[in-house]
Amino acid sequence: MLHIKCPYCGMRSQNEFSYGGDASVKRPELNKEISDEEWDNFVYNRKSLRGKHLELWQHLSGCRQWIKVERDTATHEIFNTYKADEEIS
Amino acid sequence: MTQKFRLENVGLINRNKKLSFKFNGKIYFGYEGDTLASALIANGVHLVGRSFKYHRPRGFFGAGVDEPYAIVQLYRNNETEPNIKATEQELFEGLEAKSVNCWPSVNFDIGAINNFLKIFLPAGFYYKTFMWPKSFWYRVYEPFIRKAAGLGVASTKHDKERYEHKYEYCDLLIAGSGPSGLASAYAAAKNGARVILAEDKPRFGGSLLTSDVNIGNQSGEDWANSIISELKEMPNVVVKNRSQVFGYYDHNMLVMSEKVSDHLPKTKKYHPKQRLWHIRAKEVLISSGSIERPLVFGNNDTPGVMLSSAAKEYLKVYGVLVGKNPLVFTNNDSGYETAIEFKKNGINPIILDSRVNPQSEIIDEAISLGIKIKFSYVVVAAHGYKKVSSADIAKISDNKKELGTVENMKCDCICVSGFWTPTIHLASQSGNKTKFNEEIDAFVPGTSKQNETTLGSANGIFTLEETLKDSFTAGQDLSKKITNNDNKISFPNVVEKKSSQHDKFWCVPLPKGKSYKRFLDFQNDVAVSDIEIALKEGYRSIEHVKRYTTLGMATDQGKTSNLNGLQLVSDIENKVVPAVGHTTFRPPYTPISIGAIVGREVGKHSKPTRKSPMHSWHEKNNAVFVDAGVWLRPRYYKQGNETLFEASKREAKNVRTNVGVCDVTTLGKIDIKGPDAAELLNRVYTNAWLKLPVGKARYGVMLREDGIIMDDGTTTRISENHYHMTTTTAQAANVLSHLEYYLQLVWPELNVNVVSTTEQWAGAAIAGPKSRKLLEKLFPNNDVSNDGLPFMGYMESDLFGVKARIFRISFSGELAYEVNVESDNGQFMWEKIIELGQEFQVQPYGTEALSTLRIEMGHVAGSELDGRTISYDTSLEGLISKKKDFIGKRSLNREAFTSSDRQKIVGVVPLDKKTSIPEGSHLVKDAKAPLPNKKLGHISASCWSVEHDNPFSLAILKDGKNMIGEKLFVMSPLKNKVIPVEIVSSHYVDPKGERVRS
Repeated sequence: MLHIKCPYCGMRSQNEFSYGGDASVKRPELNKEISDEEWDNFVYNRKSLRGKHLELWQHLSGCRQWIKVERDTATHEIFNTYKADEEIS
Repeated sequence: MTQKFRLENVGLINRNKKLSFKFNGKIYFGYEGDTLASALIANGVHLVGRSFKYHRPRGFFGAGVDEPYAIVQLYRNNETEPNIKATEQELFEGLEAKSVNCWPSVNFDIGAINNFLKIFLPAGFYYKTFMWPKSFWYRVYEPFIRKAAGLGVASTKHDKERYEHKYEYCDLLIAGSGPSGLASAYAAAKNGARVILAEDKPRFGGSLLTSDVNIGNQSGEDWANSIISELKEMPNVVVKNRSQVFGYYDHNMLVMSEKVSDHLPKTKKYHPKQRLWHIRAKEVLISSGSIERPLVFGNNDTPGVMLSSAAKEYLKVYGVLVGKNPLVFTNNDSGYETAIEFKKNGINPIILDSRVNPQSEIIDEAISLGIKIKFSYVVVAAHGYKKVSSADIAKISDNKKELGTVENMKCDCICVSGFWTPTIHLASQSGNKTKFNEEIDAFVPGTSKQNETTLGSANGIFTLEETLKDSFTAGQDLSKKITNNDNKISFPNVVEKKSSQHDKFWCVPLPKGKSYKRFLDFQNDVAVSDIEIALKEGYRSIEHVKRYTTLGMATDQGKTSNLNGLQLVSDIENKVVPAVGHTTFRPPYTPISIGAIVGREVGKHSKPTRKSPMHSWHEKNNAVFVDAGVWLRPRYYKQGNETLFEASKREAKNVRTNVGVCDVTTLGKIDIKGPDAAELLNRVYTNAWLKLPVGKARYGVMLREDGIIMDDGTTTRISENHYHMTTTTAQAANVLSHLEYYLQLVWPELNVNVVSTTEQWAGAAIAGPKSRKLLEKLFPNNDVSNDGLPFMGYMESDLFGVKARIFRISFSGELAYEVNVESDNGQFMWEKIIELGQEFQVQPYGTEALSTLRIEMGHVAGSELDGRTISYDTSLEGLISKKKDFIGKRSLNREAFTSSDRQKIVGVVPLDKKTSIPEGSHLVKDAKAPLPNKKLGHISASCWSVEHDNPFSLAILKDGKNMIGEKLFVMSPLKNKVIPVEIVSSHYVDPKGERVRS
């Protein structure tokens, strides 16, 4: 079971969190004309990386904040965690 | 019965406490501190089971967790448990055990015929033979295999024992209490680190209990005891025996099974039988030791052939002789230690050493004690059926290829030692890439992936002095990193005998003209010849060889067999062992009971139960409850001998004619506040929200980004910047997360807060033509007329001194209201409604009547919003705003979503107006069409329409829009039903929606 550092609450067990997918996906702006391809890329197409992956988790049974977690999908190493609005260097 | 093989004055057992036990129906005696295995051997019992495939007699091979043979069915306190290792099960008064895998009895086993037919049972036999003819599998093969095979029977009774889970954090977790575990624990504890020291056996000390060494002028055993007593006194140390660390998971989380009560005749009151520890450790020290390797020769599975270290443990710990005429067959010095212990206790062993001319202190000691040693000698084959009676031995050439003249030698046991295999399971599970150590012919941990350090013989270090030095240092350094303390411990003086190099030889060639089975895997009956066949048939990857031959599978997971199997594959393939590689080590290291894994989450504890504030009223009034997510909701209120069908019909009918009241507390409720709340709703729902006035409710549908409906419900504007959203019971948690996702990540500029208030409000739906009259009684000071509180209106009021919210919304399709009060006042509200409703014939109604009412109205619920339907399919497309954007809108112009014959919700009525339609049935055009019959749609919900007094269903049907009036068939192969039906509108009652507005 992973041990995730919530930027608000500290180290917590994975079972307090729920996974939210790729954090690099950006929702297209409302009312903006976009192609089918752009929309499909937003809704469906994901890279399924092996290695470093920036992803969303929600601290569901905790502070309920959505956070960003930089995790290696192969080794499960967690390099860093960020608040939703934090700049990622 | 006397314990003929018990020594006097040797061992760590308590001779003052004699225990009686039963094995295969016969009564024996042992002592407190015995294992079932040691007690049986003390009584001269060596035949304990039959092997898995050939049903050959099975005895004891080890003395602990590595035991591949002695698996028994245990009977304890009127319960039975399979898959218990006799070598691990501690003896208690009244213990009962039986052999497994033998039928009808261990002494006469019909399956043993397989042994004589073994030519038919080579590797892959099951795959090859039982494949054909296909129809034979269920009728003939499987029942036979099931009867003949198996390692015990699971109890069919409910397990009344209690199992607990415990969550723990520590600085250092140390797995194993041998010399390396004790030394590292001691050093770390002295530095103030929080330490957990785990030992799988009842006694601490590991190899120190059986080896002839001296630490700090104490015997190994005394040193171990003094360290343990000191550790037990320290507040920062947890010392646990009977505790197996069996799994190493991500982020340094390890799981340990503690057998709290298995060694007792009965679990004490308030104690668990077992406890599962989830331990998050900063550092893990693996001091799991090593397991002796077998040597491979003919009939090496005969009872009485066992590991020399096991024989030594039986002798030194339990005071038990595994034989009185032992043969020790070894390729290293360890066999000598066993022989010396025999000799010291008046037994005359003979040592066969495969090495040519080894020299060491231990060998010198054996010679000086007068032990007979034959160098360059090997055991060719063991003889004897149920116990070893003699051995064929022969001289072996220096190149280990040629055997000299075979001679027969009488003996009653053969103690084998093929050197040692480090127990690297935990390190490997942590992700450590293991490496092959040529010097010891075994894998050892390589570079650590997590914070794990392997010490002592688990790391391939076989001298005590080096082990202790490494372990003190590791304990000290790792704890210093955590606690910043640096207490130096003086290193004790160590006396041990030096060993000489082991022989790489491990498999005795077959003598000419002989075809003895030479076993590699003792639990699964995998012999040298099986591996040879697998390789001949083209299997190359060790993982494939494993699965084809079953080498290293089953409950012992190849603890004694893996390396010899790899050696053989590499010899045949002419590769080096590391090129062959080893199979993956997976948790658990040793079998764990299902009870321990489940813990307390059984029965009603398997999930939380949520009850509404009116629950006790429902109970008192004969409610029959149903699980609705985690909630318990009244399904119907039983009167007299009513059935579910009768009761729900009565309740629904009463709503249509008088007034009913339904507990709707379980609906999800979300409080939404902030200046941008309307904007959020406008983006979340498909319809427009910016112009909803204060004091009005609106129905809304929300989509996922892929266009599929996520949930529906009403939201009410309480005040300028304050909304009250309701969701379905099932989706409440998901909708809240969904809103939080958009507010926190996508549109953080929106100034809105959301919070769940599901549990804060108790809700009652009051529905029926007389509901307004009832409301007037409940709220005499309010104007609840059609003008005062119109459809979709909202008002705040006072219910006899209790703050209340009144919503004029309807799920039943009748004139209806929903009243909310704070949860603590829920029961009060409910009782008032029932009391004042008497004159209007009010009746409570449950979820079954609720369903009936909404189905015949054509209102959608979870069975239509099933994660596959869009607004069009459920006839909610009228709520899609063309003027604004919202979540999921861009997906709605996808080709499949706009096709002209898209599925749509319809009503379904059986032509005979009598036959109920099973939910989930398929709609087809022609009931007699050949299979596969084309499915046009499915029945999503069914009820008995109280309005029309006939069955009515909702269905999602292809081109539903144009199918009204068509005659189709409903088919339910599960219920074996074919029903001719007519397709009608989904709005079966009050299609114009006049009642809700009346």
